[in-house]
Amino acid sequence: MKAYSLFSLARNAMSYHRNWQRAWRSPEPKKAYDVVIIGGGGHGLATAYYLATQCGITNVAVLEKGWLGGGNTGRNTTIVRSNYLLDASAGMYEHAMKLWEGLSQELNYNVMFSQRGLLHLAHSVHDMQEIGRRGNAIYLNGIDSEFLTPAQVKEMLPIINLDCRYPVMGGLLQRRGGTARHDAVAWGYARGADAAGVDIIQNCEVTGVRVENNKVVGVDTSRGYIGAGKVGSVAAGHSSVIAEMAGFKLPLECYPLQALVSEPIKPIIDCVVMSNGIHVYVSQSDKGELVVGSGSDAYNSYSQRGSFDLIEHTVGPLCELFPLFSRLRMLRQWAGIVDVTIDRSPILSKTPVKNLFFNCGWGTGGFKATPGSGHAFAHSIAAGEMNSIAAPFSLDRFNSGALIDEGAAAAVAH
Amino acid sequence: MFIINCPYCGDRDQTEFSCHGEAHIPRPTETKKMTDEEWGEYVFFRTNPKGYHRERWLHDHGCRRWFNALRHTVTDEFVASYKIEDPRPPIPDNGGQS
Repeated sequence: MKAYSLFSLARNAMSYHRNWQRAWRSPEPKKAYDVVIIGGGGHGLATAYYLATQCGITNVAVLEKGWLGGGNTGRNTTIVRSNYLLDASAGMYEHAMKLWEGLSQELNYNVMFSQRGLLHLAHSVHDMQEIGRRGNAIYLNGIDSEFLTPAQVKEMLPIINLDCRYPVMGGLLQRRGGTARHDAVAWGYARGADAAGVDIIQNCEVTGVRVENNKVVGVDTSRGYIGAGKVGSVAAGHSSVIAEMAGFKLPLECYPLQALVSEPIKPIIDCVVMSNGIHVYVSQSDKGELVVGSGSDAYNSYSQRGSFDLIEHTVGPLCELFPLFSRLRMLRQWAGIVDVTIDRSPILSKTPVKNLFFNCGWGTGGFKATPGSGHAFAHSIAAGEMNSIAAPFSLDRFNSGALIDEGAAAAVAH
Repeated sequence: MFIINCPYCGDRDQTEFSCHGEAHIPRPTETKKMTDEEWGEYVFFRTNPKGYHRERWLHDHGCRRWFNALRHTVTDEFVASYKIEDPRPPIPDNGGQS
């Protein structure tokens, strides 16, 4: 792999950018691998990257049914934050945040990570109590967290209408929060994993999981059978489908989660604004589009389409909060299928089948955790046991009752 | 946008309804003898199929009555909606795909 640098940019400019090396190979699948990762999204590629670079396991394949990052990695609203309530969540999301902070350098790939600040608004006494409790918990976990008065909110966001139908009473700010370019995260991890020897196989859909003596031995795919010493399923919205192939159920239900972007405009919002109370969140991409997050439809679906009334429920509060956006046109709207657990926390776990591991249940907020999730999952697969960061998120919490309830921190989608 | 057939009111707009997950999960009767695994299974674990799904709906902004529906989770096609006490309508015989 040739490193990207200012010099390589200049050198390739001389030949009109026609001679860039491919970022990753496109190999034929081998007969068997030590580890097979199902799902070539951010989390799956990050898992493969850390397996190869930190765990000494390079005989790894990532199987992706479509193209890299074509599922929820390419459908999220690119927000990164670590302002969760509980210790287990702080462990996972702050682990991810610390990896984000050095990710572009580590991958030699610009993931456009921008710590522009993330502001949660509070519109009621209940909201104020929620951010009070959560903000202090975040602070006690050693993560940055600040309370803002309405006047400070106005100073940060001059265009906001504080006296909207549900007036802004305060805010919770994480200055280290922000956004990253979602496609670049998938591509950067893919390039790094490929360079370390991982085979990334696209257009390869897993159609069956072969289990012998309660132990996984391989997967059937649209490109033939592939043997595996261990299998890590990182299939997001299709996790229940993979689990069914292996003969068990997961505590998941899938919903469409929508987002939309506006026409591009000049810089107008330089942070991420989220409002749980009136259900909207918005940031501005480097292209100038407003990226607007909507809610999830509350019925099981794999359709990657949401309902129209939800768009109205999103745009209404957006215009109430920022009246000048009422003149904007929305250019695109889409949905991703999110796999939601009852406690809005993910599942990183061993399963009833030996050597088959699941990383799923990230629901409406997986993107922010991509590096931490991949890192913890890779080390856990290598060791055969969940590590200290992943262990609280095991499947057995749904039997023991030790749920990690992040319903409030998981924000606007519920 | 869906048009959903309420077994009591007929065809109505989707926005009048809310979905409440998988149907036909019987409430356990021998609760004192149940293990943690059985409780977990009853409360949290779901089939979450990619295909036909029998589920509970509530006509919130109408008759406010509960009913069940058979719907395909990829195409969103409603095959049937039926009263709680009605027999389950069969899954269309087309290989599980709509």
